Amino acid sequence: MARRNNIWANLDWVSIILYLVLVFMGWINIYAAVYNEEHSSILDMTQRYGKQLIWIVAALVIGFTLILVDSKFYVFSAYGFYAITILLLIAVLLFGTQVKGSTSWFQVGGIAIQPAEFVKFTTALALAKYLSSYNFKMHRFKSLVIIGVILALPVVLIFMQNDTGSALVIGVFLLVLFREGLSGFVLFLTFIVAIIFILTLVLSPLHTIFTLTAGALIFHYIMQQRLSETMKALVIYASLSALFLFGGPIFEINVSEVKLVLASTILSSVIFAIYSLRKGVHNLLIVLGLYLGLVFLTFSVDYVFNNVLQAHQQSRINELLGIESDPLGVGYNVNQSKIAIGSGGFSGKGFLNGTQTKFDFVPEQSTDFIFCTVGEEWGFIGTTTVIGLFLFLLLRLLYLAERQRSTFSRVYGYSVACIIFFHLSINVGMTIGLAPVIGIPLPFFSYGGSSLWSFTILLFIFLRLDASRAEKLSH
Amino acid sequence: MDNFSKRKYVLAAIFILVALAFTVRLFRLQVQDNDYKQSATRNVLRRVITYPARGLVYDRHGELLVYNKASYDLLVTPRELTAFDTTSFCQILDIEKEELIANLQKAKKYSTYKPSVIIKQLSPENYAVLQEKIFRFPGFFVQARTLREYPQKTAAHVLGYVGEVDRSKIENDPYYAQGDYIGVTGLENSYEEALRGQKGVSFQLVDVHNRVKGSYREGRSDTVAILGKNLTSTLDAELQAYTEYLMQNKKGSVVAIEPATGEVLAFLSAPTYDPSLLVGRARGANYQQLAEDTLKPIFNRAIRAAYPPGSTFKLINGLIALQENTINEQTRFSCSGTVSRPIRCTHSHYSPIALRDAIRESCNPFFWNTYSSIIRKYPRADQGYQVWRNHLLSFGLGQRLGTELNNELAGNIPEDSYYNYYYGENRWNALTIRSMAIGQGELLITPFQLANLAATIANRGFYYTPHLVKSIWSDRDEQEELKFERHETTIDPSHFDVVIDGMQAVVEESNVRYSSKLDSIIICGKTGTVQNPHGSDHSVFIAFAPKENPQIAISVYVENGVWGSRYAAPIASLIIEKYLQGQIAPRRIAVEERMRDANLLNPNQPK
Repeated sequence: MARRNNIWANLDWVSIILYLVLVFMGWINIYAAVYNEEHSSILDMTQRYGKQLIWIVAALVIGFTLILVDSKFYVFSAYGFYAITILLLIAVLLFGTQVKGSTSWFQVGGIAIQPAEFVKFTTALALAKYLSSYNFKMHRFKSLVIIGVILALPVVLIFMQNDTGSALVIGVFLLVLFREGLSGFVLFLTFIVAIIFILTLVLSPLHTIFTLTAGALIFHYIMQQRLSETMKALVIYASLSALFLFGGPIFEINVSEVKLVLASTILSSVIFAIYSLRKGVHNLLIVLGLYLGLVFLTFSVDYVFNNVLQAHQQSRINELLGIESDPLGVGYNVNQSKIAIGSGGFSGKGFLNGTQTKFDFVPEQSTDFIFCTVGEEWGFIGTTTVIGLFLFLLLRLLYLAERQRSTFSRVYGYSVACIIFFHLSINVGMTIGLAPVIGIPLPFFSYGGSSLWSFTILLFIFLRLDASRAEKLSH
Repeated sequence: MDNFSKRKYVLAAIFILVALAFTVRLFRLQVQDNDYKQSATRNVLRRVITYPARGLVYDRHGELLVYNKASYDLLVTPRELTAFDTTSFCQILDIEKEELIANLQKAKKYSTYKPSVIIKQLSPENYAVLQEKIFRFPGFFVQARTLREYPQKTAAHVLGYVGEVDRSKIENDPYYAQGDYIGVTGLENSYEEALRGQKGVSFQLVDVHNRVKGSYREGRSDTVAILGKNLTSTLDAELQAYTEYLMQNKKGSVVAIEPATGEVLAFLSAPTYDPSLLVGRARGANYQQLAEDTLKPIFNRAIRAAYPPGSTFKLINGLIALQENTINEQTRFSCSGTVSRPIRCTHSHYSPIALRDAIRESCNPFFWNTYSSIIRKYPRADQGYQVWRNHLLSFGLGQRLGTELNNELAGNIPEDSYYNYYYGENRWNALTIRSMAIGQGELLITPFQLANLAATIANRGFYYTPHLVKSIWSDRDEQEELKFERHETTIDPSHFDVVIDGMQAVVEESNVRYSSKLDSIIICGKTGTVQNPHGSDHSVFIAFAPKENPQIAISVYVENGVWGSRYAAPIASLIIEKYLQGQIAPRRIAVEERMRDANLLNPNQPK
């Protein structure tokens, strides 16, 4: 009994209170978002706010149960959970119900369950288990492959369900891996790729390549510190691309400008590489390789965007980047969402007085766009409070993760923080026009059992692990 | 064992940066930028306008002149449209499919979720059929408006018409919005504010599908539509109709005034038109047709046409001379008939002649002498002219009388500076401007002013601003009587008797008596002939009756009527008889029929 008491005392009540506050605020805002005068009781079970209360009570029971379980159980069955959810993902592909173009729901009686929601915590468990395994070294080929498999399996399966949002969430594990020693270069490269992605779409591939060339030349000068050498390189690139760009039409070569530039870039790089090798300046080859890699990336972005992404995804990205503006079409959601949040002003219109959300101008106002209700009815005070509470929770989780003795608990703790962070940034970001519209819920806030339960499970497993941080769980 | 623990700061920094970026963005959206608040209001608030019925117009005896009939506009909210059977829809509404499609496109272009008018003023028959079937056409709905209806079909120029408000009015007057109706001419225009009432606005909250969700602030911002106020006009509907009856197939005008009050009893510009032509969907086409008519039915001759007054003007010259004491009742001037100089006489009569009989004979030489005596009373012609002119102005000539109808012409009584400019200072005298002795020359007077002159003489020296509206109804029982200014002339009342005797003599002793003398009522009148270079001369007559305690003063212009006695005088006498007796004496029916049947639309009539 002493041990049991110990657990309750060791639980991080700060996180639990934050959790309860966020869940309660979510419930209140769901009530406001779908408020219906004929069913004005917040406890009316025919309405979403009534149902959400059921989900909340169930979530509390789940959380309580999770804390009663021995923490070693989570370590022990990490792979098992992972395997079960992966099987569920396969099963849902085969037997699931299609909702809004995604085959990601199991219809069981009146309740719909979305396995993708639960794969987050099982992937976190599996990753934690693997990273904490004996003699684990991050930068071994085998480790990277296994990590890759653990992460890629759910991503691919969720992608196949046509639920891009949930698939992207897995990407956030890169942050966790970074904390565990993955080279910062990977993070940096991801960042560069993202920049190039945006540049290519906003500016066009041609401009991006010229920008990259300019960047490489500056890099070259920094490394060489000799202006004449850099000038030589500039002359090679400039004259060759001029030759290709103007020569192409003259000789009536029927090839697009982009391909001409690509050809000139490759050719001048080869010339420059031979020149560097003969001069014996080997480290320039790294710059050159990186440069060429990025140039190819530019083309692949162009290709992926036009040939892999679906039309609605393309237009959502275009809308976000301001390439297309269509406030009544693709941009309608974001526009109305911004109007809702913006119209809240400093102190908001008051509880139940939001017109944008109550009269359905904002779509999905109780699920993905619940933040609009906060913005409209509680104003800047409300939105910053919510963001403040989330930030507090995230930093608290980092603190908790760092105080773990076991790698397993730490990795899992980071996973929890990073997953919540990703959801928060994308969800809030899309409602205020800073992120593309990717349908993922706001943790603890958005209506829906699956989402609330999965975040509860995610968080409470970690809180349980944290409560017994003094015990030795594994190596 | 854990070499990367410092990386927690990188992660914490990322978390904090994103939260910060969100906060900045939210600050700009929610605190700095006001556009979103307005957008949100625009999203949910619908102003629903309730249009009050326009005020009615009655004649002086409570007879209805203008009332409203319901009309129905068909509106559409493009967003709510579903596929529908256009063929049967067009059949119900009697419209072309192309027109419907074009209008729908226009509506969509304007707004997909705000209603716009597709078809204005459905006929009651179309509306009745549509009302039963409209459930089959979601997105369409009908809004009731009112249109003017004229039970008497008279007094078009007085009543004016109602049309859609134009852009400049919308910009200058916040009351009006696109598609509102406004009085364009006549009383509809001058009493617009009283007649229109006050639009009511209710604010409704609507959801994204434009469904009404309730009233805004429990209706605290709503206003109730206030009915337009009714007017009681000074017109006598029966007399007006009779006037129009007599003046058919003639050009000209008739203005009858009650002298004691300045109330206009009848007001006609002929040819007139049916006021109901300028109502409803056909208005544009009908207006076009009326505007292109060579007889200019839209042109309001009574206040917009200014003619030289002709011999009727001799009355004023007599009065001014009496006032200036340059003649008296006994003063006689000789007349040599057709060989008189500088102006010959057109009648043969005894000579020398005094004022009373000179009026009867319309003796040009007498009035030339009378006129020149006024001008020559003063050392310089321009001084004399100024004195003479000021007397004229006191009769309301040469200026707008200030009736309610807009666009009234002032007429023209030239200033002496005009002649100074034209002939040179001191280079002109009475002889130079002699034609004004007999009402010709530069003088321009409207028929309306001439009727007022008759009323002024009937009143023996004063007039009330002639007007067309007696009262505005504040409530069902309470009527606000309108007050109009009394104007005194510069002529002493005692001077009027001899002139009025002369006018009586015109009707009872000259050849006018055959067509215009009544058995039991003394009419005092004066004929006039307006020289017309474009065809036959115009026939003019002014009169009032009875001689004592006059009830009606009138001016009648009949264009191309040749002599004042030929058409204008009999028509005036018939109108007076109708007004005072209620009917035409049997012995005068023949005159009535002759007047009614006369067709003077051809500008050249036999002498």
